[in-house]
Amino acid sequence: MSASDNPFYTALALILGMDSDLIDIVVLSLQVSLVAVLIASALALPVGAALALWRFPGRNGLIVVLNALMGLPPVVAGLCVYLLLSRAGPLGSFGLLFTPSAMVIAQVILVFPIIAALTRQQVEALQHEYAEQLRSLGLTQLRMMPTLLWDARFGLLTVILAGFGRASAEVGAVMIVGGNIDGVTRVMTTSIVLETSKGDLPLALGLGIVLLTLVTLINALAHAVSEAAKRRLG
Amino acid sequence: MKTTTTLITASVCTTALAWSASPLADDDFITLASTTSTENSGLFDAIIPTFTEATGIDVRVVAVGTGQAFEIGRRGDADSLLVHDTAGEEQFVADGYATERLDVMYNDFVIVGPSDDPAGISDSESVADAFARIAESGSPFASRGDDSGTNRAELRLWEDAGVTPQGDWYRELGSGMGPTLNTAAGMDAYTFTDRATWVAFDNPQNLTLLFEGDEALFNQYGSLLLSEERHPHLKHDLAAQWHQWLVSEEGQQAIADFEVGGQQLFFPNAK
Repeated sequence: MSASDNPFYTALALILGMDSDLIDIVVLSLQVSLVAVLIASALALPVGAALALWRFPGRNGLIVVLNALMGLPPVVAGLCVYLLLSRAGPLGSFGLLFTPSAMVIAQVILVFPIIAALTRQQVEALQHEYAEQLRSLGLTQLRMMPTLLWDARFGLLTVILAGFGRASAEVGAVMIVGGNIDGVTRVMTTSIVLETSKGDLPLALGLGIVLLTLVTLINALAHAVSEAAKRRLG
Repeated sequence: MKTTTTLITASVCTTALAWSASPLADDDFITLASTTSTENSGLFDAIIPTFTEATGIDVRVVAVGTGQAFEIGRRGDADSLLVHDTAGEEQFVADGYATERLDVMYNDFVIVGPSDDPAGISDSESVADAFARIAESGSPFASRGDDSGTNRAELRLWEDAGVTPQGDWYRELGSGMGPTLNTAAGMDAYTFTDRATWVAFDNPQNLTLLFEGDEALFNQYGSLLLSEERHPHLKHDLAAQWHQWLVSEEGQQAIADFEVGGQQLFFPNAK
């Protein structure tokens, strides 16, 4: 294997070269996935907590469906969003297909079930633990929700990171709804697919290493923030 | 903790806003559904800047198989199509999805396979003969199997060769040209590819070009102007400029000037 065929060397050259196309791709990847996780969290944390606290008919069915949707194949989510956003589809008039917004929508659909299902499980466990205290205070479920979410925050950070992992790793959905357009909707994972199909395997793997490095950095940052917070708050 | 969270949230929101606003500021672009062969070989990177410079219009390429490109066009999700399946394109016009189809350029298909050529196709008289030899020897053949322009051309050639391609040796992959070449290289199989993708392909391993030059391997690309009546929301004015530029002297020259490793890959032939 010559130096230029070595994916680690390629990855290093990519990072050190600060190629402007690569930076655009990296920035877009992070924007799409972070915005998707942000939106999905804003929706899924309350939904997950509500599902843990309230008892209503069909609740178990809903939990099963939510758990099952954690395994939703990205390409299926992509196809559904494609059909929704296509000009011939119900939301076609917004002209969102083949834009970063379409990619965010698809990733929200993929990430939502993961965050909601795991939040439900975390909050429910916490509620059992504090059951007596909560009852003695006579709190309503609505009042319990923010308290329990806040108390579960360190566990929930891992939940959100799991959602981010799903978003940054998937390719099936963003490929279909984004179209992998150079400079517009091309992200890390779709670039890797493209380079693989061109037979440039060292570059494809090099991009993979760059992606993995970025995801590791974000996880390290989240870990550091949560450790620091734990120390300060005891 | 709180300040960090606020900072992160604020920065994410600002970048999100900045980036969601940017595409709106610049509306001078068209979306072009085209094939992987034109995108992967680098043709668009070479000719689109020339077009953009001349007209101020950017072209956003969605590279898919020809079958999927037709579907994107039928649904009104692209402003223009540049594909390679003349029969399919004429049908597309006849069905009223496009108002005009123009010849733009051609290249050719070739057969590649393991360098020791177990079916002995390199001295075949015709592509039909070569296909018949592959079938007879039962050597593995990797087919796109994805209803792309290349796949449709390949199936027509099997018919010409009088062979029904089925059996253990005939492997339908259902993938694009690049992945099909990767797989063929991995299992030492013959495969049918357009020359542009083959020349630009970096992972041939043991594969080599074994058969070329038959007239039946001609691969014509055509540009389609979509119907304004059927999809009034599309950017027909901009798309028409692109459509006309491709067949103009300037566009044809840009296509002729595109080379990979000193080899011209597409030959302009607008009438």
